[in-house]
Amino acid sequence: MDVSQPITAADGTPLKKKLAQAMFRSKLRATGLVVPLLAFVLASFVFPILALMWQGIHNDTFARLMPNLTEELRVWDGVSDPTEEMYALLVADLRQNRADKTIGKVASRVNQELAGTRSLFTSTARKAKKLEPPFKEALIKTKKKWGDIKVWQAMKLTNQSLTPGFYATSLDARYTVDQGFVMKEEKRQIYTKLFVRTLMISGSVMLLCLLLGYPVAYLLATLPLKYSNLLMIMVLLPFWTSLLVRTTAWIAILQSQGVVNDLLVWIGITGDESRFSLIYNMTGTIIAMTHILLPFMILPLYSVMKTIPPSYMRAARSLGATPTAAFIKVYMPQTVPGIGAGGLLVFILAIGYYITPALVGGQDGQLISNMIAYHMQKSLNWSLAAALGGLLLLGVLVLYWAYDRIIGIDNMKLG
Amino acid sequence: MSGLTKKIVALAGMSAFVAGNAVAADLTVVSWGGAYTKSQVEAYHKPWMAQSGHSIISEDYGGGIAEIKAQVESGNVTWDVVDVELSDAIRACDEGLLEEIDHSTLPAAPDGTPAVDDFLPGTLHDCAVANIVWSSVYVYDSSKVRNWNAPKTMGDFFNTDAYPGKRGMRKSPKVTMEFALIADGVPVSEVYDVLGTEEGIERAFAKLDTIKDDVIWWEAGAQPPQLLADGEVIFTTAWNGRVFNAVAAEDQSFEMVWDGQIYDLDLWVIPKGSKNVEAALDFVRFSTATEQLANQASWISYGPARASSVPLIGTYHDNAAINMADHMPTAPGNFANALQNDFEFWADNQDDLNERFNAWLAQ
Repeated sequence: MDVSQPITAADGTPLKKKLAQAMFRSKLRATGLVVPLLAFVLASFVFPILALMWQGIHNDTFARLMPNLTEELRVWDGVSDPTEEMYALLVADLRQNRADKTIGKVASRVNQELAGTRSLFTSTARKAKKLEPPFKEALIKTKKKWGDIKVWQAMKLTNQSLTPGFYATSLDARYTVDQGFVMKEEKRQIYTKLFVRTLMISGSVMLLCLLLGYPVAYLLATLPLKYSNLLMIMVLLPFWTSLLVRTTAWIAILQSQGVVNDLLVWIGITGDESRFSLIYNMTGTIIAMTHILLPFMILPLYSVMKTIPPSYMRAARSLGATPTAAFIKVYMPQTVPGIGAGGLLVFILAIGYYITPALVGGQDGQLISNMIAYHMQKSLNWSLAAALGGLLLLGVLVLYWAYDRIIGIDNMKLG
Repeated sequence: MSGLTKKIVALAGMSAFVAGNAVAADLTVVSWGGAYTKSQVEAYHKPWMAQSGHSIISEDYGGGIAEIKAQVESGNVTWDVVDVELSDAIRACDEGLLEEIDHSTLPAAPDGTPAVDDFLPGTLHDCAVANIVWSSVYVYDSSKVRNWNAPKTMGDFFNTDAYPGKRGMRKSPKVTMEFALIADGVPVSEVYDVLGTEEGIERAFAKLDTIKDDVIWWEAGAQPPQLLADGEVIFTTAWNGRVFNAVAAEDQSFEMVWDGQIYDLDLWVIPKGSKNVEAALDFVRFSTATEQLANQASWISYGPARASSVPLIGTYHDNAAINMADHMPTAPGNFANALQNDFEFWADNQDDLNERFNAWLAQ
């Protein structure tokens, strides 16, 4: 038989082609099964995140709502005196926004760049109808601030729809018309501090969870069933209790007139006048968060430890290892996937925490997620919230990447 | 955990939504919860439902206009009437998120005075009608025997020599900075002028620096009465209605210091695109009538926004010994040195000062 002749199927087509067709069909069927989930994930997870990230660098409120002025502002150099024509266009846009009831949006947007301009816009818009040319004089007469070049520079900045301004703010810098990026003065720097603090607290909580959770998980995995079941219930019970209830319980326990301090005074470790401050500070935040996140460390650890055959330890002992050496050299390396999974889980959850730190944290309790919530709910500066969230996401991705490089993500085991 | 809680809340929300759609004339009225919502249910909701035949779904929220904005902009408005703070009402109105309310349709006072003259100055706005005046004050627990004279002024709050111990304050620049300036000797009439300058802001922070180590910061309105009752703090700033509720309903012996109080309004607004605008307007008109506002005052110590309601204020609903008029922020004895929250100042400077306040806290 000629080897170069392709093998054919019964109907004469080459077998290779036939196989590819069959494979394609089954692949299509498999994809068809996945499509609903994929579409769901795209629509409810990937798309909103991308949309939010987009908001962090793109905000066209000003350019969209001030259509007359936008072109003039774009060509204006940002330092020379604004011309009468620019003032006239401004008045036209203010009138239109007043009629459309959109002036508040413009005012909020400019106020984000320069505090104190919100009322300048809203109050001038109310009077805009009655203004007569020359508009420059008329506007400056209504509000002196209209003659201030800073107001115009702020408008020029907000006029730029695609802007690095929000990311700059998230890093305590300012993006300006004439000098590019400038660091904010010391007393206004807040976000970088909060990022560092958030990472520090999350890191300490993760370590504490590991220290406390590891022995518990070990007990769970090695005790006879009747004891380990009871222990498991004790781990899970708080897990099912409301977050707020657990947080307030810690307040009752740790406050200066609380259980722990009463006990210490009663024993005589401390005087009635010099009770310890265990809550409304960093200590309280770390204690409460560690307690709340502990199950997320214990459960992955337990699921890994459960699968480690006890015979390995016995083998190590019989080959002459001391109990400590056997534990460190044989047992611990096998739990690394659990440590990795638990650590990553706790750390990532801790980064986004804000109710607990807000309630028990006192003046140290403000974390970056509090600021994100503030800008989402109170100041409505969603672009800044998106930029802060984007940086946080970036941080998590970097950690994930580092974890993958050092330990390998395939080693992670969630249960 | 929090995810689970969210799911439960979402489920509860969905079932409320489904129930809400079953009857068309259900009005969703949103307010701040607790004793305050209860006072509104008793004084407004129940009589209005009996009179109009509509029913009301009462929801709680935590303030701010984020939800209203989200509902209006997505075109899915499920809230019909919302109780908001003044600065939020003005801001939402400017952004076109609210229905306008015609003041001439509001009911006149019993003696025939038109509504626009009967409402206190500054309580009627294009999109909002005020119902109450509430106030931020500071409080101490008079049942705890201490080695000092009862505090009388805002200055005493900041005086750690005469009044050593922890103090509770709200973790927000609003009100906190005004209190600091009042305590530093700025007359209430000039507070916002001073706070509008760089030196004024520095001055407020400098005053706050003197007690920074003694402050326990609170975030939720329910915290300060608890802190005080637990003996965690000797003084705390608080909202006067919450304190009154602790005194009247829970028999706490809290005393309010009214000197330097900062009062603000709560107003009804109707989100633009509400599906029950007519019923919502009717509810707003009904609930801001003289009699209803006076009735509400027998449930909680927030002052009615109408002059004609004041003489009608009675006693606490389940204790005739408590004369409500004496506990109002606007009672003559309490109102001697009071400051109205300047919504325009805070609309302009809230974000900037919040940033600086948090930076100051983190130092």
